Amino acid sequence: MYKYDQYDQAMVDARVEDFRDQVRRRIAGDMNDDQFKPLRLKNGLYLQLHAYMLRVAIPYGTLNSRQLRKLAEIARKYDRGYGHFTTRQNLQYHWIKLEDAPDILAELATVEMHAIQTSGESIRNISADQYAGAAADEICDPRPWAELLRQATSFHPEFSYLPRKFKICVISSPADRAALRWHDCALRIVRNEAGEEGFEVYAGGGMGRTPFIAYKIRDFCPAAQIFSYIQAILRVWNLHARRDNIHKQRMKILVHDLGEEEFRRQVEEAFQHFLTLDTDFPQAEYDRIAAYFTPPPFETGLPDDIDRSDPDFALWVDQQVIAHKTPGYAIANISLKPIGGIGGDATAEQMEVVADLAERYSFDDVRVTHAQNLVLPHVRKQDLYAVWQALHEAGLADANLDLVTDVIACPGLDYCTLANARSIPVAQKIQRRFAEMERQLDLGELKIKISGCINACGHHHAGHIGILGVDRKGTENYQLLLGGSGAEDTTQAKITGPGFDEDGVVDAVERAIERYRELRDPGERFIDTYRRVGLDAFKEAIYG
Amino acid sequence: MRLLTGNDLKTGAVIWWTGRDWSVHVEDAADAGEHGEAILAAEEGARRVNGGYMIDAIDTTQGPRPAHIKDRIRARGPTVRPDLNLKPADPAAGDWVI
Repeated sequence: MYKYDQYDQAMVDARVEDFRDQVRRRIAGDMNDDQFKPLRLKNGLYLQLHAYMLRVAIPYGTLNSRQLRKLAEIARKYDRGYGHFTTRQNLQYHWIKLEDAPDILAELATVEMHAIQTSGESIRNISADQYAGAAADEICDPRPWAELLRQATSFHPEFSYLPRKFKICVISSPADRAALRWHDCALRIVRNEAGEEGFEVYAGGGMGRTPFIAYKIRDFCPAAQIFSYIQAILRVWNLHARRDNIHKQRMKILVHDLGEEEFRRQVEEAFQHFLTLDTDFPQAEYDRIAAYFTPPPFETGLPDDIDRSDPDFALWVDQQVIAHKTPGYAIANISLKPIGGIGGDATAEQMEVVADLAERYSFDDVRVTHAQNLVLPHVRKQDLYAVWQALHEAGLADANLDLVTDVIACPGLDYCTLANARSIPVAQKIQRRFAEMERQLDLGELKIKISGCINACGHHHAGHIGILGVDRKGTENYQLLLGGSGAEDTTQAKITGPGFDEDGVVDAVERAIERYRELRDPGERFIDTYRRVGLDAFKEAIYG
Repeated sequence: MRLLTGNDLKTGAVIWWTGRDWSVHVEDAADAGEHGEAILAAEEGARRVNGGYMIDAIDTTQGPRPAHIKDRIRARGPTVRPDLNLKPADPAAGDWVI
């Protein structure tokens, strides 16, 4: 993975000291909250319901064991012994003290981590496929490009006062495991007919109160020109964004107001201008960054079979283990969705267990997924049983990847100032309702996503079943949505009808799922049945 | 009744105006009546509270109960982590969050 050079370290260390001084001045009364708030947000520090919340960037969801141990140490020393992995591959601490924040950032800097651009009107942490560098179906590792873009856009003056936040995602597989088209700018690495690498470019996606799926605005942008193209996109947005209305400032609004063709035309015009400025990454710089992402020294001649004699282990393998590009290796997914637990939460002890396993069995590599799970990307198949045993002991061996209990949920009203309703208790009730493993397996892939407000941090627009919490006269109410997807078959979920109370929405989910069971063809997923029969067939079951 | 609440500047802890000072226990909260805005202005100026605002509450036998669920959750802590919740100063206080 990428290692800071002296410039990176100096920048991050300087930023910590800047913030230390800003905190000191705020506490001393030299700044009021209006003056201080934008500064703390630029360092990932929010004020939430119960305390300050610090969002730590995990670039493209990649961690090493030293970093994960540091996150655990911070959780124990400065928080309440746990952290929350988010739907953007980051980690949040929910019980931070302002006076501790500079020390926490200083500790993060010792392991090449920070919280810069995890909030505010900036280019946020660039996300990527969690299986990057390991997936059997990828063209190449997308992370060197994500890292180049991270470096090029961090502290970039033109991107320091954007109209709103801007989210970039990079993948290189036909399968989309990163909710690509729900990003402001989405890049998929492809090869053209000449075999050259370049990017399919999508723009204008996003969830929130006005969801849009990104358009593909270019079939192929040569790799060597991608920074010019991204600058062109940002230039058009920066010039024309609706800065007068916070609800219309995201780029998706501009793209859809201008229309696909006009937005593309303006971007192409700006692109030609940027090409003349010679601001693209030199090949030598790409090579320098890519060298940090060379594959680990995989062994050859390893056995490719797995001893499945332990049925619990076999179940875990079937559900959690994914094909690796290298024979004898596998990708092991770690569920952070225990039945009745809090999705995405990991205790300091669990983080340390995963760090130990990564160091011993996965070339010191851990990934965070947007579905709030973890991944050991490079495990020898012969080591999977030992890994599973250790996970089992740590309460991390649930076998529910992409099943009905693998629910994505934002922190909701239990933690978040913006939320209108609680998300986590709904997720827990759904998990308990469908806890029986046989039932989960019978239902197959079924992605439930819950947000506690229209900001959609729980990705409800992209759920096969989505749930949106709203405030109805001071009472929590939940709208049910069906038919969304964040995969390569991206679709936006539709609201089924009137909302429900907390128990009512769980019952409604069950009625929708039972209707699916009645209607499905053999081997058909929930989302496929929905697309075949349409919303009305489900509404009838949901509302009677 | 009207309560004043906000977060402690240094720690971020939820705090409630008691009439003379701030407490982390909503049971200690006093009716700020019509003076809330003036108290908040003074207290924010003195950096004893951050992000302060006024809320409606009901005076119950167990003490003030914030009218809105968001403030009830602020008063007690996340409903999904009772182990982290602030225990009421009065152990007889009921669980009125939801």
